[in-house]
Amino acid sequence: MTNQTIAAPSSKSVNSRSASRKFFKIGRFPGFGLTTLLFFLFLYIPIFILVIFSFNSGRSATIWDGFGLNWYAKAFNNDDIQRAAINSAIIALIATTIATILATLASLVLARSRKFKGQNISYSILMMPLIVPEIVTAVATLSFFSFVGLNLGIGNVIIAHTVFCIPFAFMPIRARLQGMDSTLEQAAMDLYANEWKAFRYVTFPLLMPGIISGAMLAFIISIDDFIITLMVSQAGSTTLPLYIYGMVRMGITPEINVVSSVMLFMSIIFVSLSYLIGRKK
Amino acid sequence: MKKIAILAVSLFLVTTLCFGNALAEENLFIYSWTDYTSPEMLKKFEKETGIKVTLDTFDTNESLLAKLKAGGGGYDIVVPSHNFIPIFVDEGLLMEINAPELKGYENIMSKYKSPPWDPGNKYSIPWQTGTTSFSINTDVYKGDIDTYKIMFDPPPELQGKIAMFGSADEVIGMALIYLGFDQCNQSSDEMKKVMDLLMAQKPYVKVYNSDGILERLLSGDVALHMNWNGYALRVRNENPAIKYAYPKEGVMSWMDNLAVPKDAQNKENAIKFLEFMMQPENAGIQSNFARYANGIEGSAEFMDDELKAAPEINVPSNVNLIFSLACPEKSIKLYDKVWTKLKQ
Amino acid sequence: MEPAKREATKRWLGISPAVLVIFIFMVIPICIMAVYAFLEANPYGGVRPHFTLDAFIQFFFEYDFDDNLVFNSAYLNIYWRSFVLAFFTTVLCLLIGFPTAYYIAMQPTNKKNMLIFLVTIPFWTNLLIRTFSWILILRDYGVINNILLGMGVIDKPLTLLYTNGAVLIGLVYTYIPFIVLPIYATVEKLDLRLLEAAHDLYANRRQLMSKIILPLTAPGIIAGGILVFIPSLGAFIAPNLLGGGKKLMIGSLIQLQFASSRNWPFGSAAALFLMAAVLIAMMIYLLGPARKTDLGENAG
Repeated sequence: MTNQTIAAPSSKSVNSRSASRKFFKIGRFPGFGLTTLLFFLFLYIPIFILVIFSFNSGRSATIWDGFGLNWYAKAFNNDDIQRAAINSAIIALIATTIATILATLASLVLARSRKFKGQNISYSILMMPLIVPEIVTAVATLSFFSFVGLNLGIGNVIIAHTVFCIPFAFMPIRARLQGMDSTLEQAAMDLYANEWKAFRYVTFPLLMPGIISGAMLAFIISIDDFIITLMVSQAGSTTLPLYIYGMVRMGITPEINVVSSVMLFMSIIFVSLSYLIGRKK
Repeated sequence: MKKIAILAVSLFLVTTLCFGNALAEENLFIYSWTDYTSPEMLKKFEKETGIKVTLDTFDTNESLLAKLKAGGGGYDIVVPSHNFIPIFVDEGLLMEINAPELKGYENIMSKYKSPPWDPGNKYSIPWQTGTTSFSINTDVYKGDIDTYKIMFDPPPELQGKIAMFGSADEVIGMALIYLGFDQCNQSSDEMKKVMDLLMAQKPYVKVYNSDGILERLLSGDVALHMNWNGYALRVRNENPAIKYAYPKEGVMSWMDNLAVPKDAQNKENAIKFLEFMMQPENAGIQSNFARYANGIEGSAEFMDDELKAAPEINVPSNVNLIFSLACPEKSIKLYDKVWTKLKQ
Repeated sequence: MEPAKREATKRWLGISPAVLVIFIFMVIPICIMAVYAFLEANPYGGVRPHFTLDAFIQFFFEYDFDDNLVFNSAYLNIYWRSFVLAFFTTVLCLLIGFPTAYYIAMQPTNKKNMLIFLVTIPFWTNLLIRTFSWILILRDYGVINNILLGMGVIDKPLTLLYTNGAVLIGLVYTYIPFIVLPIYATVEKLDLRLLEAAHDLYANRRQLMSKIILPLTAPGIIAGGILVFIPSLGAFIAPNLLGGGKKLMIGSLIQLQFASSRNWPFGSAAALFLMAAVLIAMMIYLLGPARKTDLGENAG
């Protein structure tokens, strides 16, 4: 209960910068920085290798055969692989957006309101996509879609992705909300802000780190999904994972590394740009 | 600024969604394995007919079956393997095409005309064919490679250097051939022997997996790997010492066929594609890309020299080719039992 | 205006979209699958409408090759193995993920956002080729062995690939962001003045951690633990590629039933057992150490 009364939602917005600097030192633990460094090495060494092999001239994604840009040339001329990559991106973006909005609304209700009837059952339903094994979801969803005659092409995939993205977006947002008090919101309302304004200018910014975390988890879950997509996809909605797993009879080539590298480069450029823009402010 | 960005992104998405499919004229949707269909051949087809081809990919016959059973997905051409054709027909998933009435049917090699899996070619035409055996590094093992004995009962230099496929039916099928038993076996006694054989072999197996065959062989992780012939050719191109074996006990064969699903939207275009595919030149272009043989007479003329000379593609005449058919329920259960026991 | 009623309407508006979407597109189809578990298998996939409990019996008993019904521990072994593996994956993810998430959350806003993006970017690539990279690192003459051989630490390569350790590395690598991000989201809101106050009262680092930080970030740890544990139960790419696929895991077992074994009822039954086991595991987890914080909040 202590946290309820003392916890201020965000140190940065409330405290002055210098004050929070001072508190940093107290919050520091030896070895955490080193763990983080090792963590990022662990994360990026395989990715580094993956990028290197996109420049392999041989057929293999792991046996080096000399430098060559031939797979780049091939990928840039391969309409199928580009279409698959674009499909993946579109599906992941839309599904992530919808899932994150729904998850945010749901977690606001579940974490904020007092106990109400149906709270536990709602919570269980939200967790359902996480618990059911993927292949079961895939077969069940496919049977259901064909039973109701759902024929939306790529839309079918987006619906299926939205469903299993919800718990991944929901969990971090709910974790963020837990123990966060509503005093600030109350204060804003006392100052005659309407509910929407209180949400927009108080709750939402406080919730942002949770929403970002949730959205990013939903995104990576969606962009890498294979089994469910395989089952529910219709003609013309092949995604990158489907393309890759279909290569069994011929073997995976560095072309896949090329596509992945291009996606990585684009996202890293995007992140660095937003970092630089953010710093100027 | 943020709002503009969001607006731009959503506008872009809406337009791609709306116009992505709407602009298309005549369409053909093909469902096949990745990298298995020659882009050059498809371009030629598009140019000759004005039909726009969209290629989607799947990973196993089972996925294809499950999908078609649940109502299709809007494909006009699918590529099931021969042993799945009777299942697809039984389940009423394929459209009758009566291939003998199509233009170019006479080009199909006589041995593939009216095959046991599709009498009278009512539902399918043969497309690409291959064999399943193993690749072996002859630098590691110097003896006779043409027997499954070195795989199931390996000599010391191969112990712990063996890789099997990750799918039950292919591994068990090969064990049945080695033991001289029938495919789709329904005898508990014989299947028990299969299990004993696989259990005895297991300590010498490094990995059961069908992805990354080339990588494992070239890196020297394994010296013997179950393999398909077209893939084996690619491996030998990288390391000439890794050869494809034709075991004397017999070699499993398969034929991937072109068929039209019952609910195909573009039936005429699908028929056009079948007729196109039966022209020797087009079949030759296709084989040059996929590195698998096809069932069209005269297509060899259009193949490149390397393919014509490749031992992986040209099966020696003394090899016993075994086309297994769809297995009955009892043998599927026995296969499942052996596999679960093996890997429990 | 009745505040209670308004409150209820608001609640309904907020929660129903997500719940309805999942209910229609998930719960209904899954109920159909649950029914499948009580039907006979169709040899070509799907089911025949005959009631039977075969699928559940098969989970514990089998007909041996001589047609006697005997107890069969094969499936229980597979479940136990998967649970152990998922447990260690979760613990390892937590040990690496918590300090990282904490450290990132303590950085200035701008840097923090960039770091959190960097955590997820590797996962925009495909799981299969990420796993291929690990093969390259771990294999007999791979990156690690070559470095160690080159430095003269060892004289013949260590067997790293196709071991349980390799599977564990693969699983941790696959699921680590799912624990880092939720923990980050809770650490980020940690009020540093609390630590300051405790410090003034002569609390040492350890006490700060165990009395303040861990209890306050428990919701994130719980969320992350669930997001790692459950998916890693069903994982099969890492066990197959890095572990050599010699042992079945729950993921591949269930997959197999819907593929070449064509036994949908057993696949559904196996999934039901898994779901039940997960629910029990989650209860134990939620009623364990985290309970106190949760109760505290609900009371407040």
